[in-house]
Amino acid sequence: MLRLISVTLLTLLMSFSVQAAESGYPLEHMEPDLHDQASLQRGAKTYLNYCMACHSLKYQRYKRTAADIGIPEDLMLEHLIFDPETKIGDLMTNNMKIATAKNWFGAAPPDLTMYSNLKGGPDYLYTYLKSFYQDETRPFGVNNLVFENVGMPHVLMELQGMQVKTCKDVPRLAANGGEMRDPLTNDYITEKLCGDELVHRGFSPLTHVEGTGSLSAEEYDQVVYDLSNFLYYTGEPARLQRTTIGGYVLLFLAFFYVFAWLLGREYHKEFHREH
Amino acid sequence: MATLEQQFKDIMRWVDDRLPVTETYEKHMSKYYAPKNFNFWYIFGVLAFVVLVNQLLTGIWLTMNYVPTGEGAFASVEYIMRDVEFGWLLRYMHSTGASAFFVVVYLHMFRGLMYGSYQKPRELIWVFGMFIYLALMAEGFFGYLLPWGNMSYWGAQVIVSLASAVPVWGDDIALWVRGDFNMSGVTLNRFFALHVVAVPIVLLVLVALHILALHEVGSNNPDGVDIKKHLDDNGRPLDGIPFHPYYTIGHDLPGIVLFLIVFCAVIFFFPDGNGMFLEHPNYEPADPLKTPALIAPVWYYTPFYSMLRAATFPLFGMTAKFWGLVVMAGAIAILFVVPWLDKSPVKSMRYKGLASKLFLAIFVVAFFILGWLGMQHPTPAKTILAQVCTAIYFAYFLLMPWYTSVEKTKPVPERVTF
Amino acid sequence: MNKGRRNFLIGATSVVGTAGVVGVAVPFVGSWNPSAKALAAGAPIKIDISKLSEGDMIGPIPAWRDKPVFVVKRSAAMLEKLNSENNRLADPDSAEEKQQPAYAQNATRSLREDVLVLIGLCTHLGCSPKFYPKITPEDFDPNWLGGFYCPCHGSKFDLAGRVYKGVPAPTNLEVPPHRYEGDSVLIIGEDEGAA
Repeated sequence: MLRLISVTLLTLLMSFSVQAAESGYPLEHMEPDLHDQASLQRGAKTYLNYCMACHSLKYQRYKRTAADIGIPEDLMLEHLIFDPETKIGDLMTNNMKIATAKNWFGAAPPDLTMYSNLKGGPDYLYTYLKSFYQDETRPFGVNNLVFENVGMPHVLMELQGMQVKTCKDVPRLAANGGEMRDPLTNDYITEKLCGDELVHRGFSPLTHVEGTGSLSAEEYDQVVYDLSNFLYYTGEPARLQRTTIGGYVLLFLAFFYVFAWLLGREYHKEFHREH
Repeated sequence: MATLEQQFKDIMRWVDDRLPVTETYEKHMSKYYAPKNFNFWYIFGVLAFVVLVNQLLTGIWLTMNYVPTGEGAFASVEYIMRDVEFGWLLRYMHSTGASAFFVVVYLHMFRGLMYGSYQKPRELIWVFGMFIYLALMAEGFFGYLLPWGNMSYWGAQVIVSLASAVPVWGDDIALWVRGDFNMSGVTLNRFFALHVVAVPIVLLVLVALHILALHEVGSNNPDGVDIKKHLDDNGRPLDGIPFHPYYTIGHDLPGIVLFLIVFCAVIFFFPDGNGMFLEHPNYEPADPLKTPALIAPVWYYTPFYSMLRAATFPLFGMTAKFWGLVVMAGAIAILFVVPWLDKSPVKSMRYKGLASKLFLAIFVVAFFILGWLGMQHPTPAKTILAQVCTAIYFAYFLLMPWYTSVEKTKPVPERVTF
Repeated sequence: MNKGRRNFLIGATSVVGTAGVVGVAVPFVGSWNPSAKALAAGAPIKIDISKLSEGDMIGPIPAWRDKPVFVVKRSAAMLEKLNSENNRLADPDSAEEKQQPAYAQNATRSLREDVLVLIGLCTHLGCSPKFYPKITPEDFDPNWLGGFYCPCHGSKFDLAGRVYKGVPAPTNLEVPPHRYEGDSVLIIGEDEGAA
């Protein structure tokens, strides 16, 4: 019976993972890894250099961050904290004034400490940061597939370069759902698809503009992964500690259950004697 | 050794002359005879007590660092999660405990419906239990506002706005409850006071009454047999066994540990229940200008929330909103009178007729569907489904006097069975 | 019924259960420790003492670990009289080690002879003593040589924070860890040689 309940409960929990942005654009999955301290350190570095000026992490402290992701405090102070007045024990705030920010971007840049949790996981940020594209109608000349008409400029553009929305030649689908090939050359028979049609077929509607950006596509993916991984960490810094302790607690309880069950049986045996 | 034992006895006699400690212990523990045929379903009362203790302890500890102001509440919760040593654990124990409380209470209530534990002479136990359930709902509702996240804010906004469905005085009542023209720190302050002081006191008193009433008449059992009918030479029930140590150790202790395994698995590995126990929009602070895309109450309220939304048409000159409130309030109120709706000569589902079994099964299914619907965006099809399930919910109770009196029951055994 | 087996199981389950209760107590007890915020507020602080004139005191300032800190610049006259009546003091040589860092375990209880740094909490029951710098008869002591007097329970300390005999306070006022950065910057909460 108990097993039935826990199975039902788990099934219920599973059915809740809906993974698509508000815009309907499907999110690309990334598997965060809190044990990969090098990734978290790179993510922190990217964050403090590119994001922190606008997006605070005001619920998190430098000291805790340094300790958790393995950056020595003096290196953190020297290379990653730019305000000399800031102390290692301080919260990771910035000097962005809300009124100024609204003026610049149309909306105040949100604090990102728990943005990953807010979006139900790191996938949103990961996809979002890879989905900027050129759109001259927007104030900063860019738009985003995940967050339509976003007020934020593409701050990582110097790394990624520019993307544009294009149509692409993709294999035509046969009636049975398979991809059609030319029977003679065995080449794909293609068709030109644009926008949402590409998305439905699982292709990105964006194309990188050659010669822009200082990083290759793989390098940029890594930067975005590290950044999303770091923000997954700041969402709940106790996460690693939690699961580690949890393992021990469950082990202990299982051990305790053996004794509790044996002792319980001792008393249960006597139920059918007269008292 | 003997003198030490003698000394202890002397001390106990001295105390007992002044306060009935031994007598109370015997009455409620070592000489409280519980039926021998309790099964799995009889663990949830004890578990509810375990969770209550958990909530009280972690709750007291959370107030030590929580700041009940509109400006400070959200940040103070994150302060607990990050800066306070083991603060995250205390908070997850409390937030998971809230869900666990409702899980065990729902199963406990289902047990009561299944085995007729509300029937004469146990009507008062049931009524006190329903008051506990009501207090628990209030406790959960007030508590959910306290993190002051965006879902806290809008959830409370929606529920408080329900009051405005009351004809004539509605808007004034909602204003009075909020103490402000919109949800604000003022509202948060009073909800905090209710959550940490007022409701817990009421809850503890009700729990005491629930248990006292139970121990006055004795526990029911899966057969619905009265164990006091067959006594041994010493006047003890032949089918009964002392609650302590036979049930406390033989039944409850392993049960509690099993429960703790499940409970801790959630606390340590799925504390937010993927958005079900701690909803995602609650990770940003309350924002009066931005409603979350989907306002869904926490899962334990969703069946009633569905019923609220199922009322979509005006009737007798009253608005749909008003009828929604009536339906929801009625759905809770009708639970109180179950002892007087069941006209069956037998208590337990084991000996009731087919109609009772069918109605209970359909009722449970409808309740689950309502719970699921409450977490979904309403669509026309889902609204119709919610209306059907609401009808089933009420039919189960309103038709009970009829189907329990006309159906053919099986003979109840003289003694308990295993 | 096997009594031995049952007693063994009762014992074993009790032991494991007690371990569990202790485990549950850990977060409750641990959460009372100073939080990351309190620890951050307890970080070393810098004070500019260039404008402090002789015979004056900065403080009490809510400084290190939110405790009041006294910083006194003693004049030559004060220093001259400082060790003149050591027989009236309970611990004139600062023998009690935990009341000051080793570098302040000297005749003036200080790193720099003129500057005295103290935690301004009476060692009796934690009131904050008042500063009476003048070498003049006071109500509480006709032969007052200057120092600190605690209004709560009448404890007296000299201008090195050393406690007088015959008062409730048991030990000298505490000298916090401190160091100097140049002539004018005093850092409280950090020892010489650290950082």
